Amino acid sequence: MFQIFDLVLVACCLLCFYRIYHGPTAADRMVAIDILGILVVGFCAFCAITTGKDFCMNVALSWAVLSFVGTLTLAKYLEGKGFDE
Amino acid sequence: MNKLSLFVIALLTWLSLTWTLNYQDVLAGIAISLSITFLLGDIYVINPRKIFSPKRMFWFLYSLLVFSVYCIKANFIIAYRVLHPGLLISPGIVKVKTEMMSPLGRAFLANYITLTPGTLTVDIEGEYLYIHWIYVMTEDVERATGIIAGRFESILKRVFE
Amino acid sequence: MNEVIGLVIIGIGVAFNLLGCIGLVRLPDVYNRLQASTKCVTLGTWSILLGTFLICGFTAIGMKAILCGVLIAFASPTAAHALARGAHKAGIKLWERSVCDKYEEDGK
Repeated sequence: MFQIFDLVLVACCLLCFYRIYHGPTAADRMVAIDILGILVVGFCAFCAITTGKDFCMNVALSWAVLSFVGTLTLAKYLEGKGFDE
Repeated sequence: MNKLSLFVIALLTWLSLTWTLNYQDVLAGIAISLSITFLLGDIYVINPRKIFSPKRMFWFLYSLLVFSVYCIKANFIIAYRVLHPGLLISPGIVKVKTEMMSPLGRAFLANYITLTPGTLTVDIEGEYLYIHWIYVMTEDVERATGIIAGRFESILKRVFE
Repeated sequence: MNEVIGLVIIGIGVAFNLLGCIGLVRLPDVYNRLQASTKCVTLGTWSILLGTFLICGFTAIGMKAILCGVLIAFASPTAAHALARGAHKAGIKLWERSVCDKYEEDGK
């Protein structure tokens, strides 16, 4: 069962990669990167269920935090201002 | 009192994150929560009388219930618009007036608006919210306020003010 | 019993993730893509984490799944807000068949 779910999530990631490769502007690529970061949390949850080890959820938590901070940094860069504002 | 509530919240988060009652883990949690309290106690201003009052908690849970119904509805609407071959969209950015005063209340209002049908908050400027709407029904400020923000504003006012 | 309900909820969540990513490819401009992908992927990931909680119960995995859901509930709309504001300030236009743009009329 979980192999099918994993394959569907891989298909989601391929659609995101299509948008990263073809995106006409920089903002499109950033949106796709943000979505990719949330999708990884789903992979980690599946890994935790199938193996039964709880450190996979630690990876998911820290990945969510780092993806959020990275997206904020990219958005500030896009806005073209300093980080102290 | 202010710092005590921050300490309790940090310790509860730590305990649910490790999910054991082994004494070493609890001691480490107490040490880390104390250091967080003394480092950040002046930045996070928590009003304990507001955060632990049962009336506000009840209205907060009620707003979560209303929000989850709208969120599931929003996803079916978006799925229909995405899968429809003719792309049923006419997007635009409209302006919405809010009467919320507290910053936390405004942040919650903006997040709720982002996750409900067809709307996305672009910016908050004073008392106006700029909202990207995937299917613009009206450009008038008053009517857009009634449609978009009226769903949550009356409930969120009872929670945060 | 809980496992069956959890598997069904995880299936629904994965389907919503797929719909969100199709919207990311199909819709015409940045703001519409942001709307579709943020809403659908957030609800899909919540469903996956809720299914994880139902399957594992009150163990370390289940509690961490709940905390991760709370974190995503705060992080995902805020990131979408920041990206939309940054894209508009960087001068990216709306789709050519858009109706109105009050944000540009106000000269921000």
